[in-house]
Amino acid sequence: MSEAAPAAHVNLDGVASTPMPPMVRYLDEDGELLVEDLPMSDAMALEGYRVMLRGRRFDERSVSLQRQGRMVTLAPGIGQEAATVGAAMAIDAKTDWFVPQYRELAGQLWHGYPLRLAFLWHVGHPIAFQVPGDLKMLPFQAAIAGQLPQAAGLAWGLKLKGDPGVVLAIFGDGGTSQGDFHEAANLAGVMKAPIIFLCQNNGWAISTSISQQTASETLAQKAVAYGFPGIQCDGNDLFAVYATVREAANRARRGEGPTLVEAITYRLGLHTTADDPTRYEPTEMHDLWVNRDPLRRMQLHLIARGIVDKAALEAIEDEVKDELRVAWEEAQKEPAPDPAYYFGQVHADHSPRLQRQLGRFAARDGEAKRRA
Amino acid sequence: MPEATVVEAVNQALTLEMARDERVVVFGEDVGRSGGVFRATDGLYGKYGAGRVIDTPLSEGVIAGASIGLALAGWVPVAEIQFLGFVHNGFNQVVDQLARVRYRSAGRFSAQVTIRAPYGGGVRAPELHSDGFEAHFAHAPGLKVVAPSTPYDIKGLLLASIRDPDPVLFLEPLRGYRQVKGEVPEGDYVVEIGKARIAREGTDVTLIAWSGAVQLALQAAEDAQAQGISVEVIDLRTLVPLDAATLAASVTKTGRAVVLQEAPLTAGFGAEVVATIQEEAFFSLQAPIRRVASPDVPYPVQMLEEQYLPNPERVLEAIIATTRE
Repeated sequence: MSEAAPAAHVNLDGVASTPMPPMVRYLDEDGELLVEDLPMSDAMALEGYRVMLRGRRFDERSVSLQRQGRMVTLAPGIGQEAATVGAAMAIDAKTDWFVPQYRELAGQLWHGYPLRLAFLWHVGHPIAFQVPGDLKMLPFQAAIAGQLPQAAGLAWGLKLKGDPGVVLAIFGDGGTSQGDFHEAANLAGVMKAPIIFLCQNNGWAISTSISQQTASETLAQKAVAYGFPGIQCDGNDLFAVYATVREAANRARRGEGPTLVEAITYRLGLHTTADDPTRYEPTEMHDLWVNRDPLRRMQLHLIARGIVDKAALEAIEDEVKDELRVAWEEAQKEPAPDPAYYFGQVHADHSPRLQRQLGRFAARDGEAKRRA
Repeated sequence: MPEATVVEAVNQALTLEMARDERVVVFGEDVGRSGGVFRATDGLYGKYGAGRVIDTPLSEGVIAGASIGLALAGWVPVAEIQFLGFVHNGFNQVVDQLARVRYRSAGRFSAQVTIRAPYGGGVRAPELHSDGFEAHFAHAPGLKVVAPSTPYDIKGLLLASIRDPDPVLFLEPLRGYRQVKGEVPEGDYVVEIGKARIAREGTDVTLIAWSGAVQLALQAAEDAQAQGISVEVIDLRTLVPLDAATLAASVTKTGRAVVLQEAPLTAGFGAEVVATIQEEAFFSLQAPIRRVASPDVPYPVQMLEEQYLPNPERVLEAIIATTRE
């Protein structure tokens, strides 16, 4: 406490309210521009739309394949494509890291993760977790907010190295209830780590609504406690997300530390294919957000500005359909993983005990294959 | 050869490795200017600076979790957890994340990370500062668990752990930090991970212990000798991977075994040692294997500590009992 602080009586009025910057918006719900200056070129906007569409159609195809029993339980990102693609577009895949939870696939596709591997993820193939080549991306993360301490450490490590990279770490509204989120945010603030914490507030953590999740007015304001900016953006507005994350990335690159971006979006699909939202989601709420669908909004915008016409949009649909077909065909050609494969990834070398387990395992497996 | 305490041996290893490998960063609570609550990192801050010896917020979760990220960025992190009992705040990051980095990325990433923590009781510390939690971590595939007892092994195994390409939980005997002294070469040497040590040769009973309990085992062996029983003491040094060959060879020779652990009895690491012995040397056994452990109650506060922990009398009783069966 400062010695100069004057005497004061206890006053607890109003302290729960934190003045926050206004939510960033560029487009209204029908794709009309609310501001003059767009943050990206028309060509880039169109490319962003294409990747959003790729994510959407991939999710739809995956859910369909899952219903046919050809895929494992999966978590579609339907309705959240602008949030994840806009954020991915705002960082540089050559230098910057993308750290996902598990509902960011559209953004990951922009960053360079191949569709073929995305399909393999949904059939339960371990190769999907490998993250190919030198792509700067961590594997999908099932532990809610479990990736955040790692992302904070990565950003801190890049800073200590003098590496120009920044880290984009994505999580959901439920993640803000986890200690890992708070511990990571606190460390990142102290170390001024170059990281963007992007919270996709999609309204639901399975069936838990945001009002059951937190008593905070906003999720963005949680950043204030950790000494860095928090800001909301319209998560269904590609331009708003892009502009916000780009500014946060610039800030990180300038050495000014982390930013928390709360992208307000909505999960139009299922939590996972094992979920039934009709048990908890009010129909009128769903309908409200169907009208705010980020894909529809981009389509209306692109047409209204004359960047594409309906025929061009249909052509993009056809191209995406072809890409998905090819990727799914390629994915199906991937050899099934050898059950012995997973022994190889535990340590750099095998302990004698593990080596012996592998020997027995391989012998049993070989025997089973001979019989089959 | 010069002598050093356990904590001095830790310090020597860290000092040496930070000089040898510029990628090594040491971080944790109070490891910087203060040199750590046990002074294990004493002098490192002055030598290597605030960029490589870093005080963190009080958060074991982020200490463990950030170590993964630091490794991905090209550093070789050596994290200090102030007391092992605190590491459960970061259990998810250690067991579900750090231990699985190589596995869950299908080999794309690895985590050359060492997490150091004082282990065990007997120093009249407060609640949760003395617990023997090694079994929680020995059960996590992907994590190596190293628990040496002598200053020589501490230095050599800490150097081996830091250089190991995979994560290691390195347990340091809290009771031995200043009480146990021994010869420690000044220069660079490593002790291989996964190799037990015959701490005392004997012919009648094999007594197995690790970390701080090895001193107790040696004392009990001395007491047994006075009664005409020759005890071979095995210091496991590494729990995971377990040196089953050394266990088997010794028990094949003696035909009898007592396993000593500081932790509570049930589902402790001693049970793994017993199971391994019966798998590897069952037909050499002349008597049931005995376990000496703490009772299945939480670690007590100071006034009950001495009665709680295994003592030489209890170990000697078990040794005598196994020779009479």
